[in-house]
Amino acid sequence: MTDKEIQSSLAEILQDVAGVSPAEVIPGARFDDDLEVDSLTMVAVTTEAQDRFGVEIPDDAVVDLRTVADAVDFIRRARAAA
Amino acid sequence: MTARASSRSPVGVAVTGLGATTPVGGTVEQTWSGLLAGRSGVRGLDAPWAAELAVRIAAPLAEEPALDRVQARTYDRVQQLALVAAREAWADAGAPDAEPERLAVVVGSGIGGVLTLLGQYDTMKEKGPARVGPHTVPMLMPNGPAAAVGLALGARAAVRAPVSACASGAEAIAMGLEMLRAGLADVVVAGGAEAAIHPLPIAGFAAMRALSKRSDDPTAASRPFDKGRDGFVLGEGAGMVVLERADHARAREARVHATLAGAGISADAHHVAAPEPTGAGAARAISAALRDGGLQPADVTHVNAHATATPLGDVAESRALHAALGPAVTHVAVTATKSLTGHLLGAAGAVEAIATVLALRDGIVHATRNLEDPDDEIDLDVVRIANRSVDGGAALSTSFGFGGHDVCLAFTKGQP
Repeated sequence: MTDKEIQSSLAEILQDVAGVSPAEVIPGARFDDDLEVDSLTMVAVTTEAQDRFGVEIPDDAVVDLRTVADAVDFIRRARAAA
Repeated sequence: MTARASSRSPVGVAVTGLGATTPVGGTVEQTWSGLLAGRSGVRGLDAPWAAELAVRIAAPLAEEPALDRVQARTYDRVQQLALVAAREAWADAGAPDAEPERLAVVVGSGIGGVLTLLGQYDTMKEKGPARVGPHTVPMLMPNGPAAAVGLALGARAAVRAPVSACASGAEAIAMGLEMLRAGLADVVVAGGAEAAIHPLPIAGFAAMRALSKRSDDPTAASRPFDKGRDGFVLGEGAGMVVLERADHARAREARVHATLAGAGISADAHHVAAPEPTGAGAARAISAALRDGGLQPADVTHVNAHATATPLGDVAESRALHAALGPAVTHVAVTATKSLTGHLLGAAGAVEAIATVLALRDGIVHATRNLEDPDDEIDLDVVRIANRSVDGGAALSTSFGFGGHDVCLAFTKGQP
């Protein structure tokens, strides 16, 4: 799965769970300030992402996922390690 | 407020905004024109989940709420209905320029986010606890509707959420009146919301024998004061009013629908669900509302009755009105909005307060539907068959709830 594919899959989840427009999901977008994804909604996003990407995203890792690029990076590495 | 002396409070309270979404209409004006047209909001439940139920009728919303995707996902239906009604009420009031620290929200609900509670329980059983959604708790909490409205309007004086079963919406308005008189706010958005059309609440109310079983004739099922009444029909919806200190409303030249002159609250301490048969508790709330508003029984031209169409409740309410109003009761045009909307539980008192305000504003009381054969034990002048003109004066709205809660609101025509 390329970074581009991970990002577009993530965009689908964000649209479905948080109503975020896919066009807004760019690498530099911050979840809290730019996409208005609050911490509760982030839990729903990561729950869905764990299923979709077949990886585990521990709570203490979620805190460090501030931007879309952080999330893509985390998912790519978690998939590689699996 | 019931302990207050008999003199009229110096702080007048105006009703400057109205909002509602009900089984009869998606807005206040649609609801009001539906009530005046005698249109019933009761429908048959043909969904598969209803097939096994003893009662297969309900009064669902006339119009689905329009919300953005995030609100649709993170707010329970009861919060969504509260928001829709509050937005309408706020716009109707002309979006008052109240300071956030002087703006309060009081929104009650009978049950709260029960669809979320039961839906997430199903999710947990099917998929495990890890799949229970992170928004579950803020969606199911009974103060959820109040919180959603408070957030939307940026209310910082207070956000309160009375829970008194089917009296919740009326109690919220009574609390709003108290807050304005006590000087705790300049503007209060008050009302109630309910969204509990689900097999479990229906089965529960049916087990109490509280619901009409006329599943084969939905629009005839809700028949307050009729000899053939056999219980209420469960409905959903929300009603909100904007209450405002009279001086605040005058200063901004707000259009005033009516005056909230007084409120009375009492408790039966008789039984957890059954009404006190003599109506004594309800009568004390009605008398207290009159006293609180500086009104006499002879001032009352109209009563929007709680009248759910249970065999015991309607008789007890008739006795309560006789006890509180005395001989003047014969000159009062009584109606039962639930004959058309079904019973909106925690929203009922708020929606019926709106119908009461509109009756005063427009000088017309809508007819009670399905009252074909009046019960001999109920000696009231109930408006039926055709709507009736009323001329000014004062109008009361009564609300009673499981738990023995009694609330009466008193409105007068025009400005405070």
